[in-house]
Amino acid sequence: MKTIRMLAMAAAIPVLAAAAQAETKIGMITTLSGGGAGLGVDVRDGFMLAIEQDGRDGVEVVIEDDQRKPDAAVQIADRMIQSEKVDILTGIIWSNLAMAVVPAATAQGVFYLSPNAGPSALAGKRCHPNYFNVAWQNDNLHEAAGAYANEAGLKNSFILAPNYPAGKDALTGYKRMYGGELAGEIYTKLGQTDYAAEIAQIRASGADSVYFFLPGGMGISFLKQYAGSGVDLPVVGPAFSFDQGILQAVGEAALGVKNTSQWNKDIDNPANTAFVAAFQEKYGRLPSLYASQGYDTANLILSALNKAEASDQDAFRAALQAAEFDSVRGDFKFGPNHHPVQDIYVREVIKEGDVFTNKIIATGLSDHADAYAGECKM
Amino acid sequence: MTYILVLEQILNGLQLGVMLFLMAAGLTLVFGVMGLINLAHGSLYMVGAFAAAAVAGWTGSFLLALIASLAAAATAGALVELVVIRRLYQRDHLDQVLATFALILIFSEGTRWLFGSFPLFLDVPSYLSGPVSLPGGIEYPLYRLTIILIGLAIAAGLFLLIARTRIGIQIRAGEADREMIAALGVDISKLYTLVFALGAALAGLAGALVGAIQSVQVGMGEPVLILAFVVIVIGGIGSIKGALAGALLVGMTDTLGGVFLPQLFAVFMDPASAASAGASLASMLIYILMAAILLVRPSGLYGGSA
Repeated sequence: MKTIRMLAMAAAIPVLAAAAQAETKIGMITTLSGGGAGLGVDVRDGFMLAIEQDGRDGVEVVIEDDQRKPDAAVQIADRMIQSEKVDILTGIIWSNLAMAVVPAATAQGVFYLSPNAGPSALAGKRCHPNYFNVAWQNDNLHEAAGAYANEAGLKNSFILAPNYPAGKDALTGYKRMYGGELAGEIYTKLGQTDYAAEIAQIRASGADSVYFFLPGGMGISFLKQYAGSGVDLPVVGPAFSFDQGILQAVGEAALGVKNTSQWNKDIDNPANTAFVAAFQEKYGRLPSLYASQGYDTANLILSALNKAEASDQDAFRAALQAAEFDSVRGDFKFGPNHHPVQDIYVREVIKEGDVFTNKIIATGLSDHADAYAGECKM
Repeated sequence: MTYILVLEQILNGLQLGVMLFLMAAGLTLVFGVMGLINLAHGSLYMVGAFAAAAVAGWTGSFLLALIASLAAAATAGALVELVVIRRLYQRDHLDQVLATFALILIFSEGTRWLFGSFPLFLDVPSYLSGPVSLPGGIEYPLYRLTIILIGLAIAAGLFLLIARTRIGIQIRAGEADREMIAALGVDISKLYTLVFALGAALAGLAGALVGAIQSVQVGMGEPVLILAFVVIVIGGIGSIKGALAGALLVGMTDTLGGVFLPQLFAVFMDPASAASAGASLASMLIYILMAAILLVRPSGLYGGSA
């Protein structure tokens, strides 16, 4: 199974073996099977689009599926570092997998560039010179949502998230910025699909709005059930429940919902316009924020490779930190802890023809850095 | 906390219970009659949901989608029984677990190849959407009410099938003594395929009904499968009556515990840690319930013969 998949990858992706040039080997560990596969597929497709557009010799990408399992991810990382001798690792979607892989990988002298997961520990106390996060620190989108709630005059939010570390980061992030009262705070089971009990509590709580962080299928379930329940309080959420991959599955229930994201397809800059068009042409679907993060990660690596070989670690690190590439987010720079300092937007779910998608309606936070940068000593 | 909230949560528990019953009925029949542990039962639930989503997408009819879910899951179930499961009856439980676990992987990746990695869209039909007002001033989603009624109707139908029909007699006889009913001239292999397909169809229907309010995605069956196993262990393996009692018990415990435990903890703790500790304990509650019932009745509530 795995060999077949690898062969298929090798056939689909131009693995360029240039003999004369020094090779840069990039290992991508991401989720390509099971329930969370949509996110990994988007990151991979965005990443490979950038590599293909660049078309240079001497960059080889090895892709493997972590099945959303920490132990599998650790094994793959060890193999990639020790026998395949990769210079750079990337690709992990989930924070718990990142926590299992990243510290060990960076300690072995490999660069890790995160296209998604941004757990607070890796931004703060356990930051590392070889670790860069191209997407965001986990709290960021939630902080923007809290700021938006203040601006929208919401005074009594009911908030809920799954009972696991990223869920707690989410509600912490929201509360860091939100200034109003809390009508209720619930931690649901991770992977829960029925929210009837929570919706009944929301109805009884007297809240004026609902904030939820329920990534993937959990969010689809919640939104559909919420729409059918007759509770019509405004809903705010981070982009994870409203990305291009799952909006079609939510349907009408998501229309008009405000959500926060560092990217959207209508950000007006040439790099983004080109990216959206090229992605649609190659894969026949609209890109999601995950795809944009994969694309930015690849372009960041390529821009650094223009200046230094990955084996020249100090020069390569400086080149990454400089981040001189055309990000689809427009301006892009790293803070001192190698996490982005960026604008986070408020988007609204709309319908374009038959397709549900997002449009930016405001900027939630400008040049926003994460709250953990101060704890990072490197 | 008002009595309306309590009543609404009881309805929610009832709805979860009848859904679990649809899953557990097939599982318990298959185990009772054939002595087979079928981990792939959750995959049949997923097959039903995907078939419903696909047909609803083509035709726009929810009723056709439900029929498709029954047909697809029953067909998949019969095929699996003929091709794989049939070879497992004489093997021990470990081989069965291994083989049916392999089936989960095959079904999951097969579905992903057919339908892609992204969740599918399946929505409640417009005539069943929105809330209705029940006596006592409760606003309750009409669709969930429909699920409760469908589930209870199917439970009644199953009881009649088992208690009053010739097939039911054969199924009960098969549970009691496999060799003897084969010796009496009942085509046991046909009976096995039939029971397996029936269980699969019920799981598929549950998948389609639930898929309309949750997300239709690869791997949706496994969390439900675990609950269904808890249900049949509580109810007593092989007993339809036990499956119903167990399902309602688990549904109520899970729903009411999840809502009221954090509130109970909040009486003597600060709200944030009460929410977190209450949620943690609530997710353990059904397993505590299972352990307690097994202590008192080791073969489950209605598991006399096991």
